[in-house]
Amino acid sequence: MSDTLSKIEKRTAYILLLPAVFLVFSIILFPIFANVWISFKEVGLKDIRIPEPRAKKIVKSVKESPDKIKIIYKLRNSSLILDIRDVMFQDKIPKNTEPLNLDQRCKLKSLIINCNFGDWKAKYKENFQIILVNKSGTKIDKKEIKSIKPKLSGKSDNILLNTNFTLKNFKKVFFQNEFFDLLSTTFYYTFFGTVGSIVFGILAAQLVNQKFFGRTFMRSILLFPYVGPVVALAYTWELLLDPYSGTLNNLLLNFQVIQEPLNLLGQKYLTINFFGFDLKLRLALTTVIIFEIWRYFPLAFLFILARLQAVPKELYEAADVDGAGPLQKFISITLPQIIAVISILFMIRFIWNFNKFEDIFLLTGGASGTRTLPINVYEQGFTISDIGMGSAVSIVIVLLLLIFMFIYFRLLGRRADEN
Amino acid sequence: MKIKSLILYCLISSIFLFSLVSIWKVLSTLQGIDLENFNFAIILTLGIGISLINLIVGDKFNKAIKSIIFAILFTFVDGYLVQLMPIWYNIGIFGILIFYSFKIDKYNQKNLDLDHSSQTVVFEFLTLFGIVLFSFVILFPFYMMIVTSFKTQAALLINPLDFSINFAQDIKELFKSYFVIFDTYKFGRYILISTFVSVGTVIVTLIFAIPAAYAVARLNFFGKNFLSTSILIIYMFPAIVLVIPLYTVFSQLGLRNNVGGLLIVYTATTLPVAIYMLQGYFKSIPKELEEAAIMDKLNWFGIIIKIILPLSIPAISSVALYVFMIAWNEFLFSLMFLDNPNSFTLSRAIQYLSGDAETPRQYLMAGSVVVTIPVLFIFVYFEKYLVSGLTAGSVKG
Repeated sequence: MSDTLSKIEKRTAYILLLPAVFLVFSIILFPIFANVWISFKEVGLKDIRIPEPRAKKIVKSVKESPDKIKIIYKLRNSSLILDIRDVMFQDKIPKNTEPLNLDQRCKLKSLIINCNFGDWKAKYKENFQIILVNKSGTKIDKKEIKSIKPKLSGKSDNILLNTNFTLKNFKKVFFQNEFFDLLSTTFYYTFFGTVGSIVFGILAAQLVNQKFFGRTFMRSILLFPYVGPVVALAYTWELLLDPYSGTLNNLLLNFQVIQEPLNLLGQKYLTINFFGFDLKLRLALTTVIIFEIWRYFPLAFLFILARLQAVPKELYEAADVDGAGPLQKFISITLPQIIAVISILFMIRFIWNFNKFEDIFLLTGGASGTRTLPINVYEQGFTISDIGMGSAVSIVIVLLLLIFMFIYFRLLGRRADEN
Repeated sequence: MKIKSLILYCLISSIFLFSLVSIWKVLSTLQGIDLENFNFAIILTLGIGISLINLIVGDKFNKAIKSIIFAILFTFVDGYLVQLMPIWYNIGIFGILIFYSFKIDKYNQKNLDLDHSSQTVVFEFLTLFGIVLFSFVILFPFYMMIVTSFKTQAALLINPLDFSINFAQDIKELFKSYFVIFDTYKFGRYILISTFVSVGTVIVTLIFAIPAAYAVARLNFFGKNFLSTSILIIYMFPAIVLVIPLYTVFSQLGLRNNVGGLLIVYTATTLPVAIYMLQGYFKSIPKELEEAAIMDKLNWFGIIIKIILPLSIPAISSVALYVFMIAWNEFLFSLMFLDNPNSFTLSRAIQYLSGDAETPRQYLMAGSVVVTIPVLFIFVYFEKYLVSGLTAGSVKG
């Protein structure tokens, strides 16, 4: 009895899970595996359109013989690069009509014309013509003929499905793609973006955790950058930072903080004289990181605030009795309480910043030293139109991600053991 | 009285005063006032002076009288420095000084003598400073977005620092950018598409996620642990690594430029987090209720509809709002999949608009306002639900 019950339970579970699992599998897991396949191929953006045989039907009346009608099919291979094999053609003709001098490649069988056009090379074009005669000698209805669409079919190589593999893409990724520059930019961006957002998150959480007028209002405002649409925010910042008509540069010039406008998003390096040393700051990258911090510190803030509010008040009261100052309280009570949240946040934000695409894409498009790995995927795939290369870069990202996740889950597991 | 505390108190309070006055000056500059100097040294000296006098006077005077005297004094000196400013500017400075005097009033010779008084001073002023600065830095871009959308191209070019809006002009002139984006750029259509995609994603996601989450939370089956771990792992995979294969497959299936295709992708990418959030909540519902339902011969469909759903309205609302927000704000997939202006979502439409260098920036900002307002409105209105959604689902983003 219990055996059948558990069987029913299992079956129900699978039925309930099936739709979700199927969808996730086909939209998320399948593409990740497909990336592996594509990355070993030489595929360009133009190759991914499947070549199709196409026919445009034009119906014309024949002069001085109303019982005849001329049908012209403009045949072509839709692809400019791939051949189509065994092109089959099929079209219907109205009742009481028959074709005159039918092309040798075609056969008529009970009002259906079947043609075998053989192989079409790339860019193939032909005007194929049929003349129809009405057996009863009356006029043929042009509209009726026009309304019937011819059917064409053919076999072609789908470049994605054949088994020609190459290591070219990976060679290019590692040796011709300024790979280490890419990697260091990505890590620089990820690391400072993550640390910055956590530091500001802690500050903001510490603020909001105190009592003051307008505290709930403040909490809502702090989350605005995180919930706002990235497109709107990125363009607003772009406008704000514009070197000539941007508000920030004009303000700084107005108050004589700077003498020359700064191209914050378009200049790769800024040389700063620091006690006689010339320091080279990666200006555009720094600006992008600041945007990143501005947009994502609210998340850190939210997590840390939730944790702070769960810290028992008694701890602070005890510290007061012991005569601890605010700094001491922060270091010995608050920090140990939130360190676990911070480490989780660090890992999560690290992984997500590592994959961040939209923010950089919208602000700089990857120019002036802000090209990270995700930007490179887009550039390779859609700017240079090399799908294979784009996939190869994606694979590199996935592999690095798997390493991060492995570390993350190890840490998570260790923490679970400790508790 | 400790010297260290005294110096810290004077310095940090006057720096705080300076930053308040400076922010006011920046905002005034944006209203067309010609200010070119923050007068750092003078205002700092004044601030130190006021904070010292405050200590010396202590509570011999009434708090209000003291504040007003400080404020009048400061306003006159500042007015002399900047020369002939409109009256509202001086009123603002006066207000800031009143606020500042109230804040420093609680410091006197006695409490600067206590243990950790210097730390306390620093912490308290840093808090005030932080509140002002955080609000300013966060709200400023939003403020700029709105103001720019009400300006004209000429006004923006003549003086980029002029943030004043002329409310006296005709409504049609004032809202010109909005009329243009709705008439010429078909933003009405994009709003409809975005709404359709986002609401559709929410509905489809919930239909798929609720049964799956119930199975994960309640039923025993082979591979359960594996499944719940892989939900999280799958969730961590970013959109950028899915883009190329999906683009290829969708091109070959003719699903590009198709709102339905976008809906499928959004649903699939939000499903893992939706399942994760819901199953956590379902687990907290007492099992006894369902056992009673099984006694009543309800099948799983009945259990979900009649017991689980009514009890988990809060969790479902947060999932729904969270998914809505993700779908509404999503950009990468709409960039990849849509290139026919007839099927754009709002985000994609704004990006398309910006692609044309000729597009006046006030149109871009008007579009940005249109896409931002709904999501901020929903956020403020449903904050309680959304915050719990954000916290639970924030592995993403």
